[in-house]
Amino acid sequence: MSKAELALDADNKMIGLRVKTYANFGAYMSLFSSSVPTYLYATLLSGQYNIPAIYTEVVGVYTNTTPVDAYRGAGRPEACYLLERLVETAARQLKVDPAELRRKNFITQFPHQTPVIMAYDTGDFNASLDAALKAIDYAGFPARKAKAKSEGKLRGLGFSCYIEACGIAPSKAVGSLGAGVGLWESAEVRVNPVGTIEILTGSHSHGQGHETTFAQLVADRLGIPISQISIVHGDTDKVQFGMGTYGSRSAAVGMSAIFKAMEKVEAKAKKIAAHQLEASENDIVIENGEFKVTGTDKSIALPMVALAAYTAHNLPDGMEPGLKESAFYDPTNFTFPAGSYICELEVDPGTGKTSFVNFVAVDDFGRLINPMIVEGQVHGGLVQGIGQALLEHAIYNDDGQLVTASFMDYAMPRAEDVPSFKVSHTETLCPGNPLGVKGCGEAGAIGASAAVINAITDAIGNNKLEMPATPDRVWHAIHGNA
Amino acid sequence: MYTTNYHRASSVDEAAALYAKGTDAKYLAGGHTLLPVMKQRLTAAGDLIDIAKIPALIGIEASGDTLTIKAATTYFDIMHSQDVKRTIPAIAHLTSVLGDPAVRYRGTIGGSVATNDPAADYPAALLALKATVKTNKREITADEFFQGLFMTALDDNELITAISFPVPEKAGYAKMRNPASRFALTGVFVAKLKGGEIRVAATGASQNGVMRVGVIEDALKSNWSASALDNIKVSDDGLMADIHGTSDYRANLIKVMAQRAVEAAG
Repeated sequence: MSKAELALDADNKMIGLRVKTYANFGAYMSLFSSSVPTYLYATLLSGQYNIPAIYTEVVGVYTNTTPVDAYRGAGRPEACYLLERLVETAARQLKVDPAELRRKNFITQFPHQTPVIMAYDTGDFNASLDAALKAIDYAGFPARKAKAKSEGKLRGLGFSCYIEACGIAPSKAVGSLGAGVGLWESAEVRVNPVGTIEILTGSHSHGQGHETTFAQLVADRLGIPISQISIVHGDTDKVQFGMGTYGSRSAAVGMSAIFKAMEKVEAKAKKIAAHQLEASENDIVIENGEFKVTGTDKSIALPMVALAAYTAHNLPDGMEPGLKESAFYDPTNFTFPAGSYICELEVDPGTGKTSFVNFVAVDDFGRLINPMIVEGQVHGGLVQGIGQALLEHAIYNDDGQLVTASFMDYAMPRAEDVPSFKVSHTETLCPGNPLGVKGCGEAGAIGASAAVINAITDAIGNNKLEMPATPDRVWHAIHGNA
Repeated sequence: MYTTNYHRASSVDEAAALYAKGTDAKYLAGGHTLLPVMKQRLTAAGDLIDIAKIPALIGIEASGDTLTIKAATTYFDIMHSQDVKRTIPAIAHLTSVLGDPAVRYRGTIGGSVATNDPAADYPAALLALKATVKTNKREITADEFFQGLFMTALDDNELITAISFPVPEKAGYAKMRNPASRFALTGVFVAKLKGGEIRVAATGASQNGVMRVGVIEDALKSNWSASALDNIKVSDDGLMADIHGTSDYRANLIKVMAQRAVEAAG
């Protein structure tokens, strides 16, 4: 529960934000429950906007509900929801175009130090908003709204320009905030004597597709088939200590550790190849799985380099046998994925039921390694955000009994509840890691709910609406007795 | 689930005999209500008598002014029956929006009617269409049959064998689904019977299960059109209120679904 106030000057420039939030912890402290509504929430209340002064106060409250903990986005959806609902409300009260009000206040210079700890490294918020406006055909919306009205439907359009802090994060920073762990990641690259490669990672894959993405990174570097690479994770008997998969960090942190280990492996392999080919290691280039002496036709294939490393019959003087390296990567900053979501929907005034017309998501995740996996992550996140906006609700009765304890009562989003998403990307490379990646796992869940509720409140002309916006609640809001 | 003895009956008489002989016996058709509560140990059947494969209980007949659907006919078969589509298409539509494909392959009309779940769809059709419930002992009118939440006029060891519907002049069904369970949050079946009688029944709305809606019947009597209901108000007295819908919302839904059902009926 939050009370938020936004101050704007006569030119509609944001000059101050004050937020007081009460956050439910449930009955007991759990792993992340105190950091979700504080470090992961209040630090993002500047959003994509240049707000010179921000004051936030968060009060954690123990209650008789089940303890809470981090869920996709964790704190960042709440920050986005609060700010984007507030900006949309400001646009309505000032009677200005919500896209233009946002644009007028966007941060355009990077790096940007916000008043709430975070220092944004890079971004282009105008680019994603422009692309989203084009994809939704913003100019054609008034005509579509009028046509819907003639058919007895209330049509609305809602924005959400989110930013999130991912790649969690520099160990030093989280240590200063009181975390009991460091938030680096580890990797080990083992080139076997036959040239196959095992990547051991602490970034566990439970549906994120690391087996594909991580292998793709290595395959691309060496120019070898992806089938030669196996990703090993989740087995503590085999894998070195690592920090795990959360906070959209597997690419930015986990893959950066692999990148560092690969650099070490390649450097040693080049030395071996140079020795075998009687060339200088500075002249060795890696192409299509071969180590070539640049400018000549001399080359040696990766499996032969690996075999040489393990037979150790003819290695440079003083070199240890084997071809296996490990690395730890500790980022210097969070990464800051950001984007613009626009939702267009219709409300049936008779029933209060919401139907999606279009949902556009333009994200800047930095460099994309595997666009198909990224798109899947965005789809899943959007569905989760829509679930929160329209359907999902853990309800307790006055005795503290959970009354939504089965899926007969707890409404999960189903395929028929969500639209076919229009997903696209803009790209500013993250300067904080060697791959330029930012992370994509949580964006949809962070940005979607504000866009949906902004669209519904636009459609019905009543800004007072709580999530989830069930048909019953929307109908009451339409009829003014919410 | 507690231990149970499963029997598959091949005739109605055999089923009745097994039931009489059994200990805490229960009939099993599609099993969508009974099996979940057995799994949760909320109920136990010493003997479970499966009637879903009894040939005499399966089939659809349309003759003259009557459509007869035998009790163990599945929703899937009802939904795709040419006889149903031709005589009372509103029943085919109702069935097509009932549950999901898995439910429709197993669920039976007799099971739904005998259970009389307050959010089930078929009771609204039976009540609005003035159907007759045929059992292995007698015939019961829909008006007498439904007696409140999960309550029916069936005696112990009385089996529904068929439902017979008089073919109406017009009929339509519209429902708003519960966003979680997908049962009817409120569903309304409207019918203009041959001879002119107008009957409207709502499910999912009343605290007492399926109900007639007199105020809508009266309005449609003078003018069979959706707009005839524009200015009527359905009282929320006795309507259900839960986390998915307040009673005034359900009262609104009765009116709105009735309008859409009339539009669907033509």
